[in-house]
Amino acid sequence: MIKVENLTKRYAGQTAIENLNFEVGKGEIMGFLGPNGAGKSTTMRILSSFMPPTSGRASVAGYDIFENSLQARTHLGYMPENVPLYKDMRVTEYLEYRAALKGVPHRRMNERVGDVKELCGLKEVEKKLIGALSKGYRQRVGLADALVHEPDLLILDEPTSGLDPNQIRQVRELIRNLGRQHTILLSTHILPEVEMTCSRIIIINRGKIEACDTPENLVSQMRTATGVRLEARAGNDDGIEELKKIPGVKDVSLTTDGDWQVFSLRAEAGADVRPEVFRLASDRRWAVRELSQRKATLEDVFVEITHADEV
Amino acid sequence: MTKFFTLLSREIRSYFYSPIAYIVLVFFLLVSGVDFYFQVSFMNQRAVEYSVQEAFFNSVFFWFAFVLIFPLITMRLFAEEFKLGTIEPLMTAPVRDLQVVLAKYFGALIFYVILWIPTAFYFVIFQAVTHEPAGSSTGAYLGSYLMLVLLGMFYISIGCFASVLTRNQIVAAIISFAVITLLFFFGLVQFILLDVGSETRQLLGYFSAIEQMGTLSRGQIDTRPIVLYVSMTIVMLTFTYQAFQSRKWRL
Ligand SMILES: Nc1ncnc2c1ncn2[C@@H]1O[C@H](COP(=O)(O)OP(=O)(O)OP(=O)(O)O)[C@@H](O)[C@H]1O
Ligand SMILES: [Mg+2]
Repeated sequence: MIKVENLTKRYAGQTAIENLNFEVGKGEIMGFLGPNGAGKSTTMRILSSFMPPTSGRASVAGYDIFENSLQARTHLGYMPENVPLYKDMRVTEYLEYRAALKGVPHRRMNERVGDVKELCGLKEVEKKLIGALSKGYRQRVGLADALVHEPDLLILDEPTSGLDPNQIRQVRELIRNLGRQHTILLSTHILPEVEMTCSRIIIINRGKIEACDTPENLVSQMRTATGVRLEARAGNDDGIEELKKIPGVKDVSLTTDGDWQVFSLRAEAGADVRPEVFRLASDRRWAVRELSQRKATLEDVFVEITHADEV
Repeated sequence: MTKFFTLLSREIRSYFYSPIAYIVLVFFLLVSGVDFYFQVSFMNQRAVEYSVQEAFFNSVFFWFAFVLIFPLITMRLFAEEFKLGTIEPLMTAPVRDLQVVLAKYFGALIFYVILWIPTAFYFVIFQAVTHEPAGSSTGAYLGSYLMLVLLGMFYISIGCFASVLTRNQIVAAIISFAVITLLFFFGLVQFILLDVGSETRQLLGYFSAIEQMGTLSRGQIDTRPIVLYVSMTIVMLTFTYQAFQSRKWRL
């Protein structure tokens, strides 16, 4: 549904995205992740024909965004970041205006606008001025707008930013349901959300794609997949040195909690070092009060891939 | 075509959402009402050779109000959309750039025409009260309002262009005000240049809105201003369209 080839966008003096290549298939929910300024919104604005790329090609729903921009836009529902709206229009009035603009025929207008109001929970504010709505409700108006012409494809730029936890859950539920019939490209900074909704993920950093896979694969392929925590009293032994000798352990760090020593071990991907750690502790007669393994999360993947930013 | 009308209807309605429309309407009614009152009382005091209608459309009051309304009704057209970011949902909907430019232009033009409708009643009321004609002929009315529409077409296209250049409404208003005032006073140059020949003066006169209004409001329909303003409007709208498209490359 979305095909991107060598897409590059340079702003005055700055490259926002460079040689992006990816595809989103029909029915996929693709998560688009990356730190601030990575180029997510830039990519989405190009795909929605809002601005042209500096070079490269892209097609949306089978239509080239250059040559068939109007058709591409007809088949696309786009929700921009920060959801700019006409504040002086009323919710129903705005949605009807947008539906007409996107070619919803007059006889289907009431049905479509009614449906999206229902779907996005806008019934109780339908007569309000958009300027008088809270941020969450404005976000919903943006989502309703993206859906009103029954597009095959949705591009949503941070659809859940600024929502309360209940609303986030509702929107997530909505996106998951939409994913049954629609193809969705969605950007967000809320990682658990991505793990729950997306079938695939692209991680982009400084305008380049760093990873593109299913959430499960990304997590399991992580180089430093797992961390092991050991709380013990090692007595006179040098715990760090001993633990580092265990095969599979890459790194050990130590903090203290009262007279307990807390070792944090980083292990190689796929290696479970806990039995070895336990054997070492019992051989050396260390007192142990906790031995646990922390599963790598998408957050670890994200930090590992993009942490170069902080250096 | 239906998309054009959808856009157009929002443009016209949007004037009435904002207080600007009502302020402009009131300001305009006030100035034109005072103008009308002055002309009538002036004529009550002495005999003149022109009609009320002719005087109304050629007074200082009239021109003062006239050049001020254009920045007010055009400044927000594009600048506001750029500033609020609503240009993004607008241009990612399946509409053509040209449809948007023309809808904005005609929306402003229609609002401008709406502003003038009440002034027609001045003449109707005058006639009903005094039982005397306010204008010298039907042609004089037609000529005056034709001139208003022609000038309006051109000045609104200038305002459109100014608004597409910036995201700041005040800047847009200042640009269009400066350009319109300059163009307007350009027509007065002939009165300053004393040592130019009468031919040059006549040539300048063709471009003078005041002179054209003088002619048309007497009922002498002249095709030269029609050609001049229609073609200038098309030129300005072409510029606006080009600037609007190139906005994409500047982003
Ligand atoms: N209009 C613009 N002019 C110049 N540079 C811009 C413009 N818009 C974005 N940029 C730059 O392009 C880069 C990518 O921006 P973009 O908005 O795509 O990031 P993002 O991934 O959406 O970030 P965020 O998570 O903060 O939304 C940034 O470095 C930004 O400063
Ligand atoms: Mg962004």
